[in-house]
Amino acid sequence: MSFALTPLVASAVAAAIPLMIAALGELVAERSGVLNLGLEGMMLMGALASFVAVTHGSGLALGTLCGILAGALGALVFAVVTISLQANQVATGLSLTILGTGVSAFAGRQYVGFRAPTVFDDLPIPGLAHLPLIGPLFSMNILGYFAVVALVAIGWFLNRTRAGLELRSVGESPTVARSLGLHVTRVRYLATLFGGGMAGLAGCYYAVAQFKMWQDGLTSGNGWIALALVVFASWRPPRVALGALLFGGVTALGLWLQTVGIRVSTFALASLPYLATVVVLVSISADQQAMRRFAPASLGKPFFDGD
Amino acid sequence: MNNMTDRPLLLRLTGIAKSYAALRALDGVDLDVRAGEIHAVLGENGAGKSTLMKVIYGAVQPDAGRIEWEGAPVSIDAPTAARARGIAMVFQHFALFESSTVVENVALALPEREPLKKLAERITEVSARYGLPVNPNQYVHRLSVGERQRVEIVRCLLQAPRLLIMDEPTSVLTPQAVDQLFETLRRLAAEGTAIIYVSHKLEEIRRLCDRATIIRQGKVVGHTDPRRETEGRLAELMIGRTFPHTERRSKHEGDVALEVAGLDVPADGPFGTALKAISFRVHAGEVLGIAGISGNGQAELLAALLGTSRSQAQAVWLNGSPVGNLGAARRRAMGLAFVPEERLGVGAVPELSLVQNALLTAYQKGMVRRGLIQRGAAGAYAERCIREYDVRCAGPGAPAGSLSGGNLQKFIVGREIEQKPRVIVIGQPTWGVDVAATALIRQRIIDLAAGGVGVLVVSEDLGEILEICDRVAVLAGGRISPARDVHATNSEEIGRWMAGGFPEAPAVSSQAAA
Amino acid sequence: MGFELARRAEPSRLMKFLAPLQAIVLTLLVGLGIFAALGQDPWHAFWQFFIAPVSDAHGISELLLKASPLCLIGLGLAISYRANVWNIGAEGQMYMGGVFATGIAIHFQDSWGAATLPAMILAGSVGGMLWASLTAFCRAQLHASEILVSLMLTYVASLVIKYLVFGPWQDPHANNFPLTVNFEDNATFPLFASLGWDWLQGTRLNLSIVITLIAIPLAWFFAERTFPGFQLSVGGLAPAAARYAGYSDRKAVWAAMLIGGAAAGLAGVSEVAGPIGQLNDRWAPQYGFTAIIVATLARLHPLGVPLAALLMALLYLGGETVQIELQLPQAISFVFQGLLLMFLLGSEVLVRYRVRRTRPAEKVVKAVEAPA
Repeated sequence: MSFALTPLVASAVAAAIPLMIAALGELVAERSGVLNLGLEGMMLMGALASFVAVTHGSGLALGTLCGILAGALGALVFAVVTISLQANQVATGLSLTILGTGVSAFAGRQYVGFRAPTVFDDLPIPGLAHLPLIGPLFSMNILGYFAVVALVAIGWFLNRTRAGLELRSVGESPTVARSLGLHVTRVRYLATLFGGGMAGLAGCYYAVAQFKMWQDGLTSGNGWIALALVVFASWRPPRVALGALLFGGVTALGLWLQTVGIRVSTFALASLPYLATVVVLVSISADQQAMRRFAPASLGKPFFDGD
Repeated sequence: MNNMTDRPLLLRLTGIAKSYAALRALDGVDLDVRAGEIHAVLGENGAGKSTLMKVIYGAVQPDAGRIEWEGAPVSIDAPTAARARGIAMVFQHFALFESSTVVENVALALPEREPLKKLAERITEVSARYGLPVNPNQYVHRLSVGERQRVEIVRCLLQAPRLLIMDEPTSVLTPQAVDQLFETLRRLAAEGTAIIYVSHKLEEIRRLCDRATIIRQGKVVGHTDPRRETEGRLAELMIGRTFPHTERRSKHEGDVALEVAGLDVPADGPFGTALKAISFRVHAGEVLGIAGISGNGQAELLAALLGTSRSQAQAVWLNGSPVGNLGAARRRAMGLAFVPEERLGVGAVPELSLVQNALLTAYQKGMVRRGLIQRGAAGAYAERCIREYDVRCAGPGAPAGSLSGGNLQKFIVGREIEQKPRVIVIGQPTWGVDVAATALIRQRIIDLAAGGVGVLVVSEDLGEILEICDRVAVLAGGRISPARDVHATNSEEIGRWMAGGFPEAPAVSSQAAA
Repeated sequence: MGFELARRAEPSRLMKFLAPLQAIVLTLLVGLGIFAALGQDPWHAFWQFFIAPVSDAHGISELLLKASPLCLIGLGLAISYRANVWNIGAEGQMYMGGVFATGIAIHFQDSWGAATLPAMILAGSVGGMLWASLTAFCRAQLHASEILVSLMLTYVASLVIKYLVFGPWQDPHANNFPLTVNFEDNATFPLFASLGWDWLQGTRLNLSIVITLIAIPLAWFFAERTFPGFQLSVGGLAPAAARYAGYSDRKAVWAAMLIGGAAAGLAGVSEVAGPIGQLNDRWAPQYGFTAIIVATLARLHPLGVPLAALLMALLYLGGETVQIELQLPQAISFVFQGLLLMFLLGSEVLVRYRVRRTRPAEKVVKAVEAPA
């Protein structure tokens, strides 16, 4: 029985990796107080940039870099408008999504149906990769291993370094941080750009590692699911991994059910990730006390860094 | 004198000016501070004291003027620059992160990065030396307000400051803790640290300070030795005319207007305070004061009285009816008026006009008919409040955010009183309000009670409570003391009660049983 | 950097009008740049995008046809956003409005006669409200983010449509295409052209625009003149003040979501019972998302929404036109929409802040040379 489950785990892991990468980036931004709803847009821009780069002959490394930079560029626009120009973060995030979706659909028109010439290969760890059930965890591509490293590194950064303490403090109260002399604006910019870069990297994964070809709506709402993941994880890195696997599993469920011969309406299955997101959000948010404890107190509120 | 001029001049401000849009916060201020002196900066709320301190601390840049430190002109363009020179500030509203520990909070303010373990040891040592016990590994949200102030002070002391600024430090301390603080400050001064003591509390300044610079409306109006002046004279210098006094009328006590019986409220998360077995009665025609330092359950009690937090029906009674489980709108309909602790964002919406802010809570007074807003009625009501309560503004259409603190508070108090309530609850009636407005508000509160309304005042200003209240109880650690007649007690006893040293209040049977 | 922001004493009334204009101008300038970068003659492309589409009666009727649902949804969203209830799922609520209307049409159009269309209108608004109430429940009772919930439900709504048109509601004579039967005349909004408005001959403009025209003054009246409208605004501006005043946060969330849902549902009916005449799986106009921009462009004021809706409709039309005339991808409209919204949000800063040069600290110290 476990052998039949292993492909499910493999698909779940594959679906979980980009979610985790995007969610970790957004988590860092949100811990500094910045709510960036433009994840979907940044992911699409990263996907397009890396796909185009790879299609035009660049290696994987350069292609990935293009993806990261594209995501960070979108985040930069967001940061200027919300941090420096004091705009409403919710509306700006939405506009970034619309802009990113539009740009990637517009510029990607000519690439629809193209296959990526080079893709990320799996790098199995000998011995561990063939373990039943958990084997797929040791047979990811390089981005997958990066996601795991990032998880540990970000957790360590936030809780054990001075810079992480400053970032958390800015997220709790920028006014207090300012009066202590911390550079609120700089911290928030850096956190936001980091979130954008990670989102771009996640997009690159979709284009060059998962689907390996370009199509409209590549990310199909996963940027929003990544946002929900951050809430599910109560803004702490370890739970991001768990949540990403759960969502990945739900997404992979449909295909797997068909392979083992269970017929379920494709539409019902396709709706599972979205419904699961709602269920998860509701169950986490209902505990108002926990939300108040873990949510960064200044999340979403603009801060005027002047007199 | 006390060899004052022998001590080296540490800080000299000349002609400091700062404006915010149309408001001149500081208008050519001069200030001299010498090493080892305790120098008071005295002025009423809104005079410009806080702005001046922000300039010295580098949080705000002046529009004009010169700053000299140890004889050389300097520019202090950020708090880090001030700290580098040895200027430290203990804020009125603590600059602490609740979700971090004491040692993490201290680390954020220090320029050099040192391992937290070593820093924790230094904290313990300094806090012991100056009599300010503090546990470095405790999370700040677990600390009482007094303890948090100790953390602020210890944080400053660790930087071995040459100049220490204390901004209104005693509003969060019991009278005994104030004595302790003064001890610490005198010790520091004896060691050569200069101290700027910002306050409007005349009695404390006379006790503690060597010199005083008096600020009124952004200008310096005098320098003096406070120990040689009477309180009355200092007050006159502070406000420019004789201090207004409130007139007490004789007390008529009627039926119980507001009663709280055995109110229990669990703590709202890690940052809240639980209320335990709160019981008291307010009679029609009397003013009951609840004294206590912020953070001891005042916010929770006020929320339970207003109805934003609901409890058991029998826990709160209005004019003989149980209302504990009803919301704020229903309680208002039953004759409750309420002035919240915070003005902007709670008592009034800054972006809306005064007319709209009148509509905010007085909507049951003929301003809404069948769901439609009666703009004429709302306008007339707002104009009445403006007129009767001497609210200086650009008219009823002016946005609430354009009013000064004192004027907005007068408007809010007026708006609530003009609803002709039977019970009114007022939180911090004159916090941050100038002297003239303070006198008006306090007088209206007294008059209101004389007119038969039951009045409950929650205030951390003990002097205010003793001035306008008939009876006083103390809220400490979520428990309430028995209520005493104001003439039968004094600030020393109340001080002890604020630290929690009061007997259990006798169980008050609710009106249902009576 | 040389420049810094300083807070104004009072929000600038002038900038409240100029900010949207500035955003429009900036978008147009960038648009010219985009056209040039794509190798097109910028002015020709500009003309094709903005002027050509509305240069005849057909163009104007298409403009109104798109502006009407945008305006309707935008009115609902403006009221909702004023209350700080961020309904992002209007697109899904519109789909469900269309679904409910379609349910009436294909099952009862042959038996209910003239009552079919009114029943569809009612059903459409009910459908939108029902879908919105799911989000309202999650936010009001369970404190979940209405942004994420309403958005997730939009994806689900689009899957519901797919399920219906591939399955039980599929037209049996449609050769397996995912669409329903065409609606009869009694289940469709009459065209103005057929009512004797000759100058609109050959256009698709239909009577559903009347719903929008009625909604505009209604929305304004509700927001500006009624007490519930006032309560919603206060809840958005200062939630703590609203609680202090005794306004119910739950009721506000329900009211805001239901109003938005009803408006979106009505827009859905006007689409399926209008130019489309059926339900199919290609119907995804993104009006629910564009309406967010409409509401923001109008600065959440009900009287600004129609103007903003006309502008955004023009952007849609422009995209379609340049796709045909210049072979540019239609997605270019979304690029313009995103740019416009971004510029608008950036321009808002000038309402509450003004720009001034940074004065370095040294200059301040030197300002007073001789001691007073």
